Amino acid sequence: MFPDSKIPSGPLAGKWTKHKFDLKLVNPSNKRKYDIIVVGTGLGGAAAAASFAEMGYNVKAFSYHESPRRAHSIAAQGGINAAKNYPNDGDSIFRLFYDTIKGGDYRSREANVYRLAEVSNAIIDQCVAQGIPFAREYGGLLDNRSFGGAQVSRTFYARGQTGQQLLLGAYSSLVRQMHKGKVRFYPRHEMLEPVLIDGEAKGIITRNLVTGEISSHSANAVVLATGGYGNVFFLSTNAMASNGTAAWRAYKKGAYFANPSFTQIHPTCIPVASNHQSKLTLMSESLRNDGRVWVPKKEGDDRHPTNIPEEDRDYYLERLYPSFGNLVPRDVASRRAKEMCDDGRGVGPTKLAVYLDFKDAINRIGKDQVTAKYGNLFDMYQQITGENPYNAPMRIYPAVHYTMGGIWVDYNLMTTIPGLYVLGEANFSDHGANRLGASALMQGLADGYFVIPYTIGDYLSKKLGEKVSTDHDAFKEATSNVNKRLSHLLSINGNRTVDNIHKELGLIMWNNVGMARDKDGLEKAIEKIPTLRDEFWSNVKIPGKLNELNPELEKAGRLADFLELGELMARDGLNREESCGGHFRTEFQTEDNEALRDDKNFTYVSAWEYKDDSSPPELHKEILEFENVELTTRSYK
Amino acid sequence: MKVHIKVWRQTNAQSEGNFSTYPLDGVSGDMSFFEMLDSLNDNLVTEGKDPIAFDHDCREGICGTCGVFINGRAHGPIRGVTTCQLHMRSFQDGETIVVEPWRAKAFPIIRDLIVNRQSFDRVMEVGGYISINTGNAQDANAIPIAKEDADAAMDAAACIGCGACVATCKNSSAMLFVSAKVSQFALLPQGQPERSNRVKNMVDQMDEEGFGNCTNTGACEVECPKEISLVNIARMNREFLKASII
Ligand SMILES: Cc1cc2nc3c(=O)[nH]c(=O)nc-3n(C[C@H](O)[C@H](O)[C@H](O)COP(=O)(O)OP(=O)(O)OC[C@H]3O[C@@H](n4cnc5c(N)ncnc54)[C@H](O)[C@@H]3O)c2cc1C
Ligand code: SF4
Ligand code: FES
Repeated sequence: MFPDSKIPSGPLAGKWTKHKFDLKLVNPSNKRKYDIIVVGTGLGGAAAAASFAEMGYNVKAFSYHESPRRAHSIAAQGGINAAKNYPNDGDSIFRLFYDTIKGGDYRSREANVYRLAEVSNAIIDQCVAQGIPFAREYGGLLDNRSFGGAQVSRTFYARGQTGQQLLLGAYSSLVRQMHKGKVRFYPRHEMLEPVLIDGEAKGIITRNLVTGEISSHSANAVVLATGGYGNVFFLSTNAMASNGTAAWRAYKKGAYFANPSFTQIHPTCIPVASNHQSKLTLMSESLRNDGRVWVPKKEGDDRHPTNIPEEDRDYYLERLYPSFGNLVPRDVASRRAKEMCDDGRGVGPTKLAVYLDFKDAINRIGKDQVTAKYGNLFDMYQQITGENPYNAPMRIYPAVHYTMGGIWVDYNLMTTIPGLYVLGEANFSDHGANRLGASALMQGLADGYFVIPYTIGDYLSKKLGEKVSTDHDAFKEATSNVNKRLSHLLSINGNRTVDNIHKELGLIMWNNVGMARDKDGLEKAIEKIPTLRDEFWSNVKIPGKLNELNPELEKAGRLADFLELGELMARDGLNREESCGGHFRTEFQTEDNEALRDDKNFTYVSAWEYKDDSSPPELHKEILEFENVELTTRSYK
Repeated sequence: MKVHIKVWRQTNAQSEGNFSTYPLDGVSGDMSFFEMLDSLNDNLVTEGKDPIAFDHDCREGICGTCGVFINGRAHGPIRGVTTCQLHMRSFQDGETIVVEPWRAKAFPIIRDLIVNRQSFDRVMEVGGYISINTGNAQDANAIPIAKEDADAAMDAAACIGCGACVATCKNSSAMLFVSAKVSQFALLPQGQPERSNRVKNMVDQMDEEGFGNCTNTGACEVECPKEISLVNIARMNREFLKASII
């Protein structure tokens, strides 16, 4: 039987309030008797760690970064959603809920998404109180912009650096608790294994990335907020070190992995220039507020874009989707861009790009206004490409950006391992098959500030007086496994570098588990990845030693996990014989090339259970019930 | 094009370091500086040598993880960008490029080009926040903030904590970094209640960490990749003076 998702009964709007009342509490004076481990101090983890400490729990926080001020979250540009309805344009909690459910193509839980929308407003209040300098209007009140998949303006932003400001806000709360001694932060420590005692999460094994020291840490509960796994594709918009190891290690200890194939390909990224490329750079979706996407009408039209007259341009998003226009959701915009290029109408040297044009915006609101809104993005574009986007349109192409899939969690954010919680991008919880822009920051902070602080008490209250020690055999066993694995990696001493093998994996993933998938391709991936995995374990070359700073060893450990996770993604994609959101199976599409869902057979979360290295994982289905929205064909026309 | 990379190699904090020079062929102008180092490292690993260790993560100029001296300049020859945003088109064919870590007492070297900047976190710990517990906040629009103030606070808040200002300063002063945070909060109504203590505590901690004094040379502003203004230092000095009188 599928594990209980713990969704509270009763009407949608009252579920969270009722649930908070039903949860068991930990008495204020007892909180200091509990230790909680938080792995990851991005938005989700920093918010959780700070909040736990404020409540009185003792927190140990870990990050492979040197400081909690650094995490992938810092790179988020565009903004964060909330249902404040400040612009008075008809927004509400229900509308944010509805847009998110629909945007996710009806593959997420109603109750979770409603809660997300419900706490969204408190996040903005909290952030303003922390001193986050959100953009304001002349009257001194907060400004909003629009993002894809919504017809209201509900996105709060701090120039093009919203993630930076939100993370620094969470960081400020965290350092305050570090100073008070309620949080002990372990910089440059990578978690390599969760430790289970009697089936419950009671600690972790880490490697100190500077000294190489392997150590054990115990606690009454473990929270992972370790980010997404988009780097399985090698090239993505994620930070270089983002990886799936923590999630994957949890999976191999019994946590189910949900919807692993649900990957978001972001439509507006700077195109790949050459094969030495190490990452892809996102141009924020907010640019689609004012930029117009087009390709030449004729195949092979090689004229300079500024020499192509209006009548020879195809503003295809505006043509196909008159009501949402350039602001259709990401999955739709990405797929259409790919289609244009497959059609031979791509632009630029590689022909794998479309134009994003600001000429009309500059004429309408003036160059200064455009600079005020997007200046740093324009600079970034020019720095990377050497071209000036004020004079000619930008060239953009879709790139891997976000993973909706992740560790399965119940309504309390607990995994199938009792005492193990997962927050932020690392869980699967709220975005279904496609995430809307500006909703990841919202979810990370919702999980960290407003959900886990309540729900963790329900588990901890039952553990009053529990003493956990790293002397337990489970820690010794886990330590020895970690040591064996690392020594093995160093002993291979083959001929190929880690990146070289990672690039090959990335290509397999992009070609077969990328923007458009089909049965043949997915089967090919399932066949090729294990072969590459064997190649890795017999032919990778990692210099250096165990007991020193060794970046190649770090990368190798992460790649070893990607080489398993990639296969699970392909299996999940193969199993899901429908198209929904970011999961587009070319066999399942409507006449006008839109995703064709199969609600009768696939209205479920696929949750995969690890068996052992020689048998395939087992699929469990969490059936999704919709009581408050009607499943319709997503239309943005 | 071909370049020669003259780079600082140091095994760990205890060991002595020295420069080594490596030639690298096949460099193209649209490679980023780090992609050039990736490619050099790939060669080194293939030859069985230790790759050059350097800190980096976002590679788009926002996380503040990267930062090295290139030909004597923090973050290299171009103003307003981080090392990771630098492209090889900014260098000449045949050029010898000298690459060094940040050098400052408060930033000990960990390995090669990687330094330890935890002193920055410790300065933040004593005052780089507004004391507000989760759940205590009033409505976000309850206090209007003049757009100029919000914008000026954002200008200061844009600091990425890279440490280039410290590394560039002949006194290894952290004034630009610290003043950016002090300014952000001094400009906002939410920052008022803790204003005096914040500046005093942060300045004290800055001294304790071994950062030097500010002698108004202004090199920090020139090399700061986020163009954080010296105005912040002036503002912090005023804040500090006010706090000391009270
Ligand atoms: C370029 C870009 C722009 C974006 N823009 C937006 C936007 O405008 N709006 C929006 O809503 N979303 C945006 N997103 C998405 C959003 O930024 C992320 O989904 C979100 O920040 C993830 O936060 P997180 O806390 O889950 O994880 P992360 O920020 O990735 O943090 C992960 C943390 O875990 C640590 N960690 C991971 N593994 C381990 C381990 N094994 N051991 C120890 N520590 C570990 C890391 O050190 C880090 O501290 C953007 C994403 C990208 C790539
Ligand atoms: S002030 Fe500038 S140089 Fe100094 S840490 Fe901040 S961003 Fe870096
Ligand atoms: S790597 Fe993030 S700022 Fe350079």
